[in-house]
Amino acid sequence: MSAAPAATIHETAPPLRQTPLAALHRELGAKLVAFAGYEMPVSYATGIVKEHTHVRERAGFFDVSHMGQARITGPDFETVAVAFERLVPGDIAGLKPGRIRYTQLLNDEGGIIDDLMATREADGHSLFLVVNASRKEIDFAHIAAHLPPSVTLAPLPDRALVALQGPDAARVLARQMPEVRALAFMKAAPFDWRGKAVFVSRSGYTGEDGFEISVPAAVAEAFARSLLAHPEVAPIGLGARDTLRLEAGLPLYGQDMDETTSPVEAALDFSIGKRRRRDGGFIGAERVQRELDEGPARVRVGLRLDGRSAARTHMKIAAETSETVGEITSGAYTPTAAASIAFGYVPPRLSNDGTSVAVEIRGAFQPARVAGLPFVPHRYVRKA
Amino acid sequence: MTLIKYTEDHEYISVEDGVGTIGITDYAQGKLGDVTFVELPKKGEKVKQGQPIAVVESVKAASDIYSPASGEIVEINETLNDQPDLINREPEAGAWLYKLALSNTAELDKLMDRDAYLAYASAEG
Repeated sequence: MSAAPAATIHETAPPLRQTPLAALHRELGAKLVAFAGYEMPVSYATGIVKEHTHVRERAGFFDVSHMGQARITGPDFETVAVAFERLVPGDIAGLKPGRIRYTQLLNDEGGIIDDLMATREADGHSLFLVVNASRKEIDFAHIAAHLPPSVTLAPLPDRALVALQGPDAARVLARQMPEVRALAFMKAAPFDWRGKAVFVSRSGYTGEDGFEISVPAAVAEAFARSLLAHPEVAPIGLGARDTLRLEAGLPLYGQDMDETTSPVEAALDFSIGKRRRRDGGFIGAERVQRELDEGPARVRVGLRLDGRSAARTHMKIAAETSETVGEITSGAYTPTAAASIAFGYVPPRLSNDGTSVAVEIRGAFQPARVAGLPFVPHRYVRKA
Repeated sequence: MTLIKYTEDHEYISVEDGVGTIGITDYAQGKLGDVTFVELPKKGEKVKQGQPIAVVESVKAASDIYSPASGEIVEINETLNDQPDLINREPEAGAWLYKLALSNTAELDKLMDRDAYLAYASAEG
């Protein structure tokens, strides 16, 4: 037996950074791997499938402290929004206090430098950002280089980030902070937890209802233990996080998109505001507007394969005529879909739901059909 | 008498009356994690020692299975088509992969016995 490691996990380049919860992961029996320069739990004692199912049925606790957190501040929100809108195609100026926007940093060619969450803080004057671990240094340098003197970026390395995801997440978190129930999906607010300021967002990366909570690193372990003490909650590793986000139709930076991929190609055009489409005015707008008008050369689609064999990153996608038309970027046999599902890029003419294609797995062509995303319906709580 | 030998790739072969039963070790299933799919060889197929003959896929990765010995495949474990996760539950019992009519039993001398294998696996961590 010889196993090829999963594409997202690299066991190289020590020394690894640790999150404030490293000791807790060990105590919980985590299988630790290197991910984006951090030592992170890929799974705990029960394994990926049980963890995945637990999140869909109860509530899962995730340490995502490796992700980058930062705050952009300026004299007023308009100045901050104008400055940040130069870097992203999302509607930032239209954000109300306490609202979250999903958007992307773009390069001059319209390629994605990273995708991120931007929240207009309740004070109204600043933006709170959460970016990918593997990209945070690049992102922060890029942002800082493009802000006017009156607007500043402050990374928040002394904060941990945890997620609580699943149908029981709101019930559990409300036992500690009853007012979190009032947050709807993609809203955020500061809360007091045992005298410490924590920042709670109703958002996530699983397709389930849930929260992401930014806490001071010094209280991260106490906060994590308080969540794990509830019988509904189990710790969940990066392995299940990956199968959950795949079922939810959510792309992963570095795997499903990179600096050559535009947001239109990555099927993220839903996140580009109407005003931004019309007026442009952001780095990379030329390509984005052209692709919105004329269509992109390739587009990310969901694929559902016959049989149980998984489509893996870089496997070829073939049309019925057997010509190669694209490549798989993510894929797995996942527990809730109970099917072999994947993301891949195909020409737009082959992107309609139900289109028959094939994936080349170990030299054989496995039949597959283009499937609408998400594979498993989202269960976000839009009205709290 | 049953002879059990192990490979450095974590396959086992249990030999009785010239027929070898092949599977992956408990250590291997633990490393792989939840098994989601097994690609088995065909009955009647001939295989050489060290040749990739089957694939075990977990949520994380696909792993080639190398035949611990040469011979002809006389039986495959069809149960694994419907229950690939049996490999996680009983890898060294009910979740064997295939049976082989051995063509050269002398090949087995190159493989490890149980004590040597356990030492090898624990050194791998």
